[in-house]
Amino acid sequence: MATAPVVLRAQGRVAVRQAVSNASRYVFLGASLLGVGVLLILAYVTIEKGAGRLSWDFLTNYPSRFPEQAGLRSSILGTVWVMALTIVMALPIAVGTAIWIEEFAPRNKLLAFVKLNLSNLAGVPSIIYGVLGLAVFGRYFGLGPSIMTGALTLSLMIMPMTVIASQEAIRQVPPSIRDGALALGATKWQTVWYHVLPGAAPGIITGIILAVSRAAGETAALIMIGAFTFIAFDNTWPDQDFTTVPIQIYNWTIRPQEAFRENAAAAIIVLMVAVFSLNLLAAIIREKFRRS
Amino acid sequence: MSIRCCAPLTACAAVSLLTTCAIIYVLLEETIAFFREVSFSDFFLETRWRPQGGTPSFGIWELVAGTANVVIWSLVMAVPVGLASAIYLSEYAHPRARSILKPVLEALAGVPTVVFAYFALNFITTGVLRPVLGNDVPIFNALAASIMLAVMILPTIASISEDAMTSVPRDLREAAYGLGATKLEVAVRVVLPAALSGVIASILLAIARVVGETMIVAVAAGSSPNLTLWPLSTIQTMTGFMLQIGLGDAARGTIDYQALFAVGTMLFAITFLFNIGATWFVGRFREEYD
Repeated sequence: MATAPVVLRAQGRVAVRQAVSNASRYVFLGASLLGVGVLLILAYVTIEKGAGRLSWDFLTNYPSRFPEQAGLRSSILGTVWVMALTIVMALPIAVGTAIWIEEFAPRNKLLAFVKLNLSNLAGVPSIIYGVLGLAVFGRYFGLGPSIMTGALTLSLMIMPMTVIASQEAIRQVPPSIRDGALALGATKWQTVWYHVLPGAAPGIITGIILAVSRAAGETAALIMIGAFTFIAFDNTWPDQDFTTVPIQIYNWTIRPQEAFRENAAAAIIVLMVAVFSLNLLAAIIREKFRRS
Repeated sequence: MSIRCCAPLTACAAVSLLTTCAIIYVLLEETIAFFREVSFSDFFLETRWRPQGGTPSFGIWELVAGTANVVIWSLVMAVPVGLASAIYLSEYAHPRARSILKPVLEALAGVPTVVFAYFALNFITTGVLRPVLGNDVPIFNALAASIMLAVMILPTIASISEDAMTSVPRDLREAAYGLGATKLEVAVRVVLPAALSGVIASILLAIARVVGETMIVAVAAGSSPNLTLWPLSTIQTMTGFMLQIGLGDAARGTIDYQALFAVGTMLFAITFLFNIGATWFVGRFREEYD
């Protein structure tokens, strides 16, 4: 005689607990989709408002008090100048610091202090870096609100995160590569220069790209050094005053006229395309070298 | 050999130490000058912050209250959502869903804050708060800034808490399942408490970021110091005041210029405390499970 299969069903409180647990999945999923949703809404609102203003003229015109004639020319050039100088200054010092910490530093209290100091600097608000740049580079060195002051300030600001990324990249190079080079008679310095650095290069490049994408969106620190100015010429040298795309966005955002808000939205599209391209580039480099 | 290659590298490492020294020196120099003009008791015991005008008053608490206002309301929104995201990513999500959700969440962290500032003023206040709560909502208000600040710190809270939850040993979960706990009970009553130091660290870091954030509050929260924690009031934060001075090109030696550094010192001290706290909790967490 065949018996019917016994189905065990939770009852009473156990059933309630299971039902609540099953439902919770969707609550947690909803919460994590909220971030995605916000990103999509913001993208939609910006494109709807700003896409109409995007044109070649918008990219190549100087700022203007007539919103329909105003463009991003001087702020794009200023951003490129400041970013280029920031990379040139920050990269060697950041990589040098990371090599020192990982390969040469004596394992003592000084090293622990240097590391603690770096992690604290990473948490210092950008406006404090702006105050530092204003007082030291702008006033004490007499550089004023110039491209050089901006680049020096942003170099110091991105230094901690670039050092930490470079440290991680250097640590990823397997010790066997160092041991092999040293066993074949290479000096410590040759080992680092010919074997560790090339191995760490993709990680270091990823780190600097991400740091630059943060610096490219920085506003407060540059306003503090005095870069909230009207620029209607092409920058040709680091001692000139400048403006950047985020500063231009701020300028257009705080104006009462609706037409300037459209300009701000269009400039946000330009800035976000640049920032996401940099992030994408970093992700591609990371993926490409992870496989090989 | 070791001298030749080590000296330049040591010099590089010295740059970060010099940066810290320079920040402290620059802040203290002008702050000391500030306290020659304004007494400690005026700064810490007065409540009104009116640097301009006939009888200037330099009570820091209105600016501190402005900062506290946006910290409280942004945390009220970001902590539940951030922790729920972390729990989903760590406990529920299929690896494929996780590999899509996590980068998108981190993309939020890459958005420049001036962009959030634009949304706070032009979308949150005019497009959401006023239609929902009525036109009494002031155009500059702490709530709009807090909402965008919450979006800004969401990735910080979610990502660091998720790291902490993922490194909770599997044994703890298995033991709880063995005793008949459901998935939700394991997540909320086993994993969350076990990851608590990491969660606290993520919240402290988020607070430090909100306290130091400038553009969102300067654009959306207003520039009138106000001793209130009510989210629908126009306020000014410490960073908002600093940016206002930065925009105005105050000359060296004026009380405005010195006040900038005095508020800067206060800001630096507060963010430093929260960052140190976060580092301490992260260290404690690593000790427990690594």
